[in-house]
Amino acid sequence: MSVFSLAPRRVWLLAGYAAAASALLGAPLYLNDFRLNLLAKFLALAIVALGLDLLWGYTGVLSLGHGVFFGLGAYAMAMHLKLVASGGKLPDFMSWSGLTKLPWFWKPFGSPAFAMLAGLLLPMLLALLLGWFTFQSRIKGVYFTILTQALVIITTTLFVGQQAYTGGTNGITGYTTLFGLRLSDPRVKVWLYLVTAVALLAAFALCRYLAGSRFGRVLRAIRDGENRARFIGYDPSRYQVTAFCISAGLAGLAGMLFVLHVGIISPSMMGIVPSIEMVLWVAIGGRGTLVGAVLGAILMNGAKSLLSESYPELWTLLIGLLFVAVVIFMPRGLAGLVDLPAALRRRRERTDAGGGSGGVGGFGNAAGAEAGGAEGVRHSPV
Amino acid sequence: MEVMLLQLFNGISLSSILLLIALGLAITFGLMNVINMAHGEMIMIGAYAAFVTQNLFLAALPEAVFDWYFVLAIPVSFLVSFLFGLILETSLIRFLYGRPLDSLLATWGVGLALQQAARSIFGAPNVAVTSPGWLNGGWTVMEGVVLPYKRLFIIALVAFVLLLMYGYIYRTPAGRRMRAVMQNRDMAACLGISTRRVDAVTFAIGSGIAGVAGCALTLIGPIGPSIGTYYIVDAFMVVVLGGVGKLIGSVLGALGIGMANTLFEFWTTASLGKVLVFLAVILFLQWKPRGIIAVRTRSLDT
Amino acid sequence: MGKRRKIWLSAMMLLLAGALALTGCGGGGGNTGSGGSSGSGGSSGANAGGSAGGESSGEGAASGDEGDEIKVGILHSLSGTMAISEVSVKDAELLAIEEINAKGGVLGKKLVPIVEDGASDWPTFAEKARKLLSEDKVAAVFGGWTSASRKAMLPVFEELNGLLWYPVQYEGLEASPNIFYTGATTNQQIVPSVTWLLENRGKKFFLLGSDYVFPRTANKIIKAQLAAEGGEVVGEEYTPLGHTDFSTIISKIRQADPDVVYNTLNGDSNVAFFKQLKDAGITAQDLTTLSVSIAEEEIRGIGADVLAGHLAAWNYFQTTDTPENRAFVEAYKAKYGRDRVTADPIEAGYIAVYLWAAAVEKAGTTDVDAVREAAKGIGFDAPEGKVTIDGDNQHIYKTVRIGEVQPDGMFKELWATDGPVKPDPYLTGYEWAAGLAEE
Repeated sequence: MSVFSLAPRRVWLLAGYAAAASALLGAPLYLNDFRLNLLAKFLALAIVALGLDLLWGYTGVLSLGHGVFFGLGAYAMAMHLKLVASGGKLPDFMSWSGLTKLPWFWKPFGSPAFAMLAGLLLPMLLALLLGWFTFQSRIKGVYFTILTQALVIITTTLFVGQQAYTGGTNGITGYTTLFGLRLSDPRVKVWLYLVTAVALLAAFALCRYLAGSRFGRVLRAIRDGENRARFIGYDPSRYQVTAFCISAGLAGLAGMLFVLHVGIISPSMMGIVPSIEMVLWVAIGGRGTLVGAVLGAILMNGAKSLLSESYPELWTLLIGLLFVAVVIFMPRGLAGLVDLPAALRRRRERTDAGGGSGGVGGFGNAAGAEAGGAEGVRHSPV
Repeated sequence: MEVMLLQLFNGISLSSILLLIALGLAITFGLMNVINMAHGEMIMIGAYAAFVTQNLFLAALPEAVFDWYFVLAIPVSFLVSFLFGLILETSLIRFLYGRPLDSLLATWGVGLALQQAARSIFGAPNVAVTSPGWLNGGWTVMEGVVLPYKRLFIIALVAFVLLLMYGYIYRTPAGRRMRAVMQNRDMAACLGISTRRVDAVTFAIGSGIAGVAGCALTLIGPIGPSIGTYYIVDAFMVVVLGGVGKLIGSVLGALGIGMANTLFEFWTTASLGKVLVFLAVILFLQWKPRGIIAVRTRSLDT
Repeated sequence: MGKRRKIWLSAMMLLLAGALALTGCGGGGGNTGSGGSSGSGGSSGANAGGSAGGESSGEGAASGDEGDEIKVGILHSLSGTMAISEVSVKDAELLAIEEINAKGGVLGKKLVPIVEDGASDWPTFAEKARKLLSEDKVAAVFGGWTSASRKAMLPVFEELNGLLWYPVQYEGLEASPNIFYTGATTNQQIVPSVTWLLENRGKKFFLLGSDYVFPRTANKIIKAQLAAEGGEVVGEEYTPLGHTDFSTIISKIRQADPDVVYNTLNGDSNVAFFKQLKDAGITAQDLTTLSVSIAEEEIRGIGADVLAGHLAAWNYFQTTDTPENRAFVEAYKAKYGRDRVTADPIEAGYIAVYLWAAAVEKAGTTDVDAVREAAKGIGFDAPEGKVTIDGDNQHIYKTVRIGEVQPDGMFKELWATDGPVKPDPYLTGYEWAAGLAEE
């Protein structure tokens, strides 16, 4: 355990990052159109998982409402695409619904820059609004979680109900071009894929930086003991709100990219079920570990796609059983699997030292300090 | 005037239905802290149990006694869901105490699997349960105010279940053990209570009550593989609004949401009413972060 | 001690790299044997995705016409909330395929269905449609139920020039060259039924629907029609999808005191509405209701005792008296069980397969453009009677029927049009509809 043995590890780490990045960016070379499109979608979803992990894995705040932020970003992009596709005329669903002129809040979305900015800022703004009051009132744990579910119900019901302005259950679909480029052109699709991959890498780098910074350490302190952090003099609510906003912004970004790949956004994509699924990706991948979140999102969605292709009538059963199996056998998700040898070794060292007094709590704290605290999450107050 | 009376009754009725949906969850989630996403599927199991009971009556017994199948269907639903709950607890949930979020993940998976299983067994389309003749019709209070017997029956059923639960939890030795374990597991274990068994039974009871809810809901709603998803969020709202850990809280939570929903829906539209109710829940929690009835505790981190 | 983290971090990275390759290439479950031919730049990488037998498809073949088999896609929700309706349509389509194969197939080739699950989720419909067209290279896709799923699939079919056969009545205002609509459009269901109600049941209408596109559009049309034909709207309510408590709505209906409730509720909400309507002491004698989403299958899920006496407008009933229908009902029950029932969308799914097969026979190829051209004017003796594809809008001529639910769960036909009605998705033939559907 010296500098001696450290160097190769750093090399390995760099090699790992490089391999992942090149695998991501080189995907267009070895995937066909359809699979590339799928992968692009998964990568977009992985960005949500990253944001959620920052919030849940690092801050200990579980949001079951990220579908809303995702949806807001997606709608912002979709509104722009729809306006472009309608070419100056009223979007088709508006004329069916009896509108005669474009509503005022649709107008600015004609500009792509505004739409993208809105896709990022609207979710953050909503998160700020909700988070500010909620965390200030010290609503935490499961109360916060349920609150986010209420937010989901409100937003989806509103989006479904305001058909003239949002397209109702059909959502917004039928896009043609972005920046004058045809979305159906395979080359454009490759570019969009690359943009998504870069966005994911950037989001990863951002989260990595945040997690490693002082800010990230405070987040973890809050997760492991909110009141302790408060007594030391930090204001947990401020950190929680910030994490919530960043997380919402990432979800919005993911939503914008998602729309480009999938070509439709509808309220069903921001409902209760997708919101819960997002959390499941993080849990499967391993919360508290950013790579785990990304992996979880990609693998879970991949599994869902492939299973439903192979067993269209049974796949939900299989997915359900998979969740159960993961929880029982891999409580820390995929990340835990990789970390297993290290954890075992630690446990052995501990017993060798004869320190049996640790108990569950002691183990959790020690491990939390060591391994990015994946175990510590269990003790978080939810 | 008649409409106001009728709406008042509708509000109470909706509250009773919400309470029935939420009571099981008030135990599995409220008392045991298991974020039980399979609660909706327990309701579904209860509904299908009622359906099967009905079919058995149709197949095996003379028509004259058919009307009484429902009396039997309620305990059958309870037992079937109780058993499912017991199996679920002993095979899965018991590994997850103290990891509430893992319980969310696992029970979500269980819910998905149960839905698909129901679809494979009973077919994807809805099935019909014929309500017994003696529950058809209603009590005419005055011209234009008819209180359907089914709704009155559900109100009575909820009151009955509530009474039984109260009796069980606060008046029997088993209930005392249950409270002891939920309040302080280690202490209870020290005193020789088998916490394993108490956990299993408590979870199973919560599931059983969900089954009763499913059985009662066949009277007024659809019966299909995915009906659980309609009720799960409402159930959580009720429990959280009322305050986790207290049954009386859930009663108040259900009353609050039920009355507000009926009122808002009458004044505006069904969609807008729903939005307003959930908005009200969010605002209320800002004011009272721990729900209507907060469990008093001296610990800082609960 | 931060080193261990780094070890596994790097390991995770490698895993990620592997996973990426896996997600892309791995067909999973032996479904898609990845052909290995990787087009550089990702454009038109013809991936031989043989699910049956695995013979490689000809490069660039736009249709599933390969060897002695023709692949067709079936894309319905087999899970999620819409599965209650869509599974039976899938069954009917499979039945039709089986029958056609038994008679020697199409162009002497066997039809091979590839079933996918739309999972009641619209982006999933788009994803699976893309998969069927670009991976499996199917000759046609039969699928969809909700308008939302159709709207989600539409851009995919137009982009990849595929053929979608959509089997459900819908709100009209659409005519894509890549979609054939075998369900009713508004002038084949809603418009005639409103006229009939005005003549036979009364002038005061209460419009009740689920809060989504079909009911809202349908009600907009109904309102225009009522204004033109002397009716009156006394109430209009929409409930969220999956709404199960109708006590307040029923109070509002009571207050408004209409002659007719025109019901466009969807799926499960119908169950709750009719059960609770009956409990409130309102029977079919007191109040006429006419539904456009309740067919035999829904009756089975609600209970015939609850629905007896209520009305529905469709193009087909299980009781429709034609020799073709007797054979169809018999075949359906023989294959899927005596307790199963047929219904309008089920029949529309069934005839969609036959119409497509007839068009392919006529065209002599499965090429999409040729089939589209050949389909114009093709007729078929369907269970509902003679149907003909209208070349102008790719809808079909259908007979309109109004039926009353009987205690045995079947419909008794009260009224029907003299013959098949020409489809008019944009309602151009109605003066009052001007301005409803401007492009």
